Amino acid sequence: MLTLLLILIPIICSGLLFILGKNMARPIAIIGSLIELILAFVALNAHMNGQTDLLTIDQAWIASPGIRFHIAADGISMLMILLATLLMPLIIYNSFNKEYNNAHYLYGLMFMMQGSIVGSFVAMDGFLFYLFWEVALIPIYFILLIWGGDNRQKITFKFFIYTLFGSLFMLLALIYVYLQTPDRSFDIQALYQAGRQLDVVQQAWIMAAIFLAFAIKMPIVPFHTWQPNTYYTAPTPGVMMLSGIMSKMATYGMIRWILPMVPDGVQEYGYILIIISVISILYASFISMVQKDFKYLIAYASIAHMGLIAAGIIASNTQSLQGSLIEMLSHGINTIGLFIVYDIIFIRTGTTKMTKLGGIRGIDSSFAFMFFIIVLSVVALPFTNGFVGEFLLILGLFQNYPVAASFAGLSIILGVVYMFRSFQAMMLGETNSITSNLPKLNIQEKTILIAVVLMIITFGVYPKIILSITEGSIQNLLQGIQ
Amino acid sequence: MKELLLISGLGVLSLLSGIINFRKGFLFLVIIGLLANIGFSIMDWNSNENVYDMMLMDNFALAFNASFSVIAILWFISANSYFDNENNFSDHFAMVLFSLCGGLVLVSFSNMTMLFLGIEILSIPLFVLVGSDKTKLSSNEAAFKYFLLGAFASAFLLFGIALIYGSTGSFKNETIATVLSSGDISPMALIGMLFMMVAMSFKVSAAPFHFWAPDVYQGAPSYITALMATVVKTVAFAAFYRLFSTTFMSMQFEYKILFSIAAALTMLISNITAAVQSNVKRMLAYSSISHAGFMMITLLCMSSGTSGILYFYTLVYSISSIAAFTIFEIVRTNSNESEEFDAFKGLSQRSPLLAIVASFALLSMSGIPPLSGFFAKYLVFTAAVENGYLWLAVVGIIASLIAVYYYFKLITAMFGQSSDGNKIEVHVAHKFVLIICALALIFLSLFPNLIIGVLS
Repeated sequence: MLTLLLILIPIICSGLLFILGKNMARPIAIIGSLIELILAFVALNAHMNGQTDLLTIDQAWIASPGIRFHIAADGISMLMILLATLLMPLIIYNSFNKEYNNAHYLYGLMFMMQGSIVGSFVAMDGFLFYLFWEVALIPIYFILLIWGGDNRQKITFKFFIYTLFGSLFMLLALIYVYLQTPDRSFDIQALYQAGRQLDVVQQAWIMAAIFLAFAIKMPIVPFHTWQPNTYYTAPTPGVMMLSGIMSKMATYGMIRWILPMVPDGVQEYGYILIIISVISILYASFISMVQKDFKYLIAYASIAHMGLIAAGIIASNTQSLQGSLIEMLSHGINTIGLFIVYDIIFIRTGTTKMTKLGGIRGIDSSFAFMFFIIVLSVVALPFTNGFVGEFLLILGLFQNYPVAASFAGLSIILGVVYMFRSFQAMMLGETNSITSNLPKLNIQEKTILIAVVLMIITFGVYPKIILSITEGSIQNLLQGIQ
Repeated sequence: MKELLLISGLGVLSLLSGIINFRKGFLFLVIIGLLANIGFSIMDWNSNENVYDMMLMDNFALAFNASFSVIAILWFISANSYFDNENNFSDHFAMVLFSLCGGLVLVSFSNMTMLFLGIEILSIPLFVLVGSDKTKLSSNEAAFKYFLLGAFASAFLLFGIALIYGSTGSFKNETIATVLSSGDISPMALIGMLFMMVAMSFKVSAAPFHFWAPDVYQGAPSYITALMATVVKTVAFAAFYRLFSTTFMSMQFEYKILFSIAAALTMLISNITAAVQSNVKRMLAYSSISHAGFMMITLLCMSSGTSGILYFYTLVYSISSIAAFTIFEIVRTNSNESEEFDAFKGLSQRSPLLAIVASFALLSMSGIPPLSGFFAKYLVFTAAVENGYLWLAVVGIIASLIAVYYYFKLITAMFGQSSDGNKIEVHVAHKFVLIICALALIFLSLFPNLIIGVLS
């Protein structure tokens, strides 16, 4: 029941915003996202107390092809829901700093997106998962198309075709496995069983087809070409949804739909995906180092981190999965933090060319301090959430793929280079004509940044909160694979 | 029987209404009549009424009768303005209604003569309607083309029927089916079947017999194009399905390979050609052909469930087409008769309603969830994979991707910068139709079983 509510509340909010949100866009949006957050905590409580019946719904839906409306939430889903619901109020609150045309449509589309993303996190039916996965694409397409920046039509178009292309292969793979099930069912357990009975080569092909969809969405090299430009033109709330929440659909999908469904394929041919991911990490890190624009830097840094998460998932042992899940959460928080910083600077100066900025620390030291904490978390320094995730992840990766792990470890060093470089360029040094009379942070911006910093430190100092949510589910998952 | 009497009675009545000059409210009467027709279908459900061994009102026929009546009601409401501007108001009404009679015959025939009569009753009024924009050259040209090629296809059909008669000695579907399944299939019967297949492929505009469609669709008045793309296509496919699922079932081996090639060709050729069109109407025409390719796949996978899939597909496709063509016509009349993509630029600012409903229709046609077009395509692909046509499903997926390209080109244009800023006022009747279409597209995707389940 609770999971259904988690899907429905955003949908209802989006309906409300569309119909009567014209003058009430902001209050409806922020209250709706907070209600959703509270509900997520209620669901989390139910999960921790083992009340799974509260979280499960299993209803016949489309009878003849064997599609059921089956939703449930285990620890992995719960963590992802937490990510989507924690960040949503921040994204909405942050967007209040700017007047958007027809803001109620913007928030309505964002809620629609949140609803379907949460749906994909709780879907326990292959078809249902695909449905939510695709539905999430429509609102972001319109957000980018309507509120995007220059040249948005071409870029949005490319983004859409790319992602749809990948998804269709996932659909084909799911249908293929579905046709192997004895009584024609899309239910997750039936798909798992059918998938495990395939021979290794078939499993590898299924893995490749599904991974294509996820690799495009994350994205990792060489399927990333849509991403930097899309991030660049997207409006800030859109890009936050895209990088903070939506990209996690793909990594979550890997855990839920690749690992348990085709374990032998992952075991035998997973190294190919690891190689791709490691190449992605290194490539994106190097490209980040030469970026002149802060937004492009965030985009490429995001590719590097997503590659790391993908590698951790494919390694599929307890540490690497735990690490990946924490890293997914921290990447969501950190990227949103970076985009908030971007937004603050861009609204004040109209530019994010790093060479044109400088000396902001001298004007507003608290801003620089909070930015610095976010930077530290991105480069995975101890006592930040980024550290916990990357440490566990690389530890796990090292057990199965030591060479890959040592290359992936480089990403931390490279991360230090590009993140510190950007921090120096923008915050330190002399002020210039653009930055010299920069207004200080207002109360709204401060609140948001403090919230982000608090999350970074809490999860960094006391990661057991997250570990305890996911522990049992990861054990279940790994038992199923073996 | 009463369905046929009702619709033809309405047609005669509309001819009479021209004499007594009863124009106002006639539309209302027609809608009531069509609603009654749907009511009859529900009443007769499971009765399998046999009409003089010529028509069999089985559930298949009744279901399609109801669905094309629903589409026709939507069409009549949205085409209201087409009739308003006409001097020959009653003739056109009668023509459309007689065409619907042909449709009813086509979905329910149990005798080859009725198949031929149905095709002719359906087509002859259409020849006139396509040319009804008398002052426009393109409309005349389209009518002429359609007439010549249509007559040619009819001749094929007739020849095919004659050959089948020659080899089996009967016009009745059942008898032909028993004769064909009882022994070796003679070359004469094979050629007869091929000829009928060619004729029917022409009617549903499947490649390689689709060349008439873009020109005719483009030249005809938009509402007539909408009628052809929805009602006519639905009944033609129903007849096609009925013919091959009852009569030629035993010749599956011979025709399946041809169908699969035709389906693949239709999907690929039309989508690739549509992608390079700059005229929206022509693009919609090619998109209509491409959907014929997807529907052809159901003819390959005849089993108890496939008629339900065809039913769902035709209904969903018709609903989105009605919306698309209505919006096209509204935009065209408000943009100096321009049919190019540029006329759609910035539609979201000129009329948000039109832009939103158009996105719904186009998203549904391109098969993006959550709209019901996705389920239609999904069901077709699954049926194909299940029957061993994995390659056809892959071709279909590639074709859909190409389709996404041009549908989204249009959506992107609609939400882009406006070239001409004046607002578009949407007539209340159009608003009604468009909102119904948009809601139906969502509703059918939430409960697809309601429609698929009717025929399985």
